[in-house]
Amino acid sequence: MVFGTGSSSTKSTKGVEEVGGNLSVLIVDDDPIILRIHRMMLNKFGLVTHVVENGKEAVDLFRSGSCFDMVLMDMEMPIMDGPKATQELRAMGVNSMIVGVTSRGLESEKQSFMGAGLNRCHEKPLTTDIVTSLVQELIKHY
Amino acid sequence: MEVGQLQRKFVDYTASLFCEGFLDEQFTQLQQLQDESNPDFVVEVVSLFFEDTEKLLNDLTRALDQQSVDFKKVDAHVHQLKGSSSSIGAQRVRNACIAFRNFCEEQNTDACSKCLLQVKQEYSLVKNKLDTLFRLEQQIVEAGGAVPMVG
Repeated sequence: MVFGTGSSSTKSTKGVEEVGGNLSVLIVDDDPIILRIHRMMLNKFGLVTHVVENGKEAVDLFRSGSCFDMVLMDMEMPIMDGPKATQELRAMGVNSMIVGVTSRGLESEKQSFMGAGLNRCHEKPLTTDIVTSLVQELIKHY
Repeated sequence: MEVGQLQRKFVDYTASLFCEGFLDEQFTQLQQLQDESNPDFVVEVVSLFFEDTEKLLNDLTRALDQQSVDFKKVDAHVHQLKGSSSSIGAQRVRNACIAFRNFCEEQNTDACSKCLLQVKQEYSLVKNKLDTLFRLEQQIVEAGGAVPMVG
């Protein structure tokens, strides 16, 4: 796996629910608070997490040959936003589960973000229940 | 003060913060994520929130002070503050931001300035409360006790 600049990874083997197979998640968000919280939640499930701060860094990572089982994609980010990055990843043939996270409650914006190629879209911050359901879906389908 | 008393004080104080609406369920989620391998998780996240908010409040003060107020910019800052206060469960700050955004939409400078004062007040209150809470935790640990899980 090749990592671009600005990404980092951690793994916790001590979690509330351990999932097998070292599933990996790319968290794409420019908000350091959300990054810290989501990373902690996912590590609790035994997932390997990597972090980048905008859509372009995510696209570059995939383009350089990295792959992740799931991508948590923030909607609003500088340089390249979530919808654009999602479109690019799908156009590249990326089949990973892509979950949009948005702080906007507008249904129309969620629908529009879904239309870019997401599998699911949730309001942030994610709760433990939502992360549980995402991980279950990930194990089932990917 | 002995450990038992400190622990009771901590439990009562935490409960009051939830009762009075300073904190909501999201803060409980953060507490539940903390464990022995990440014992300072809540303090770390809350510190990020303090840093972020102080910068945003300065940016907001400057933005509303302009001759010609850029309401899009003001709204963007308030949106960010709403998001981060939501993330840590600072309910009253978040609610103050919701009201603020409505006045940004109306492009009402006076109302926005009043909202900014309100947000600053709520932030100052919750910061003091959280600082007190963390100090209590520290006292319990220094006295050799375990911090009770509340909520």
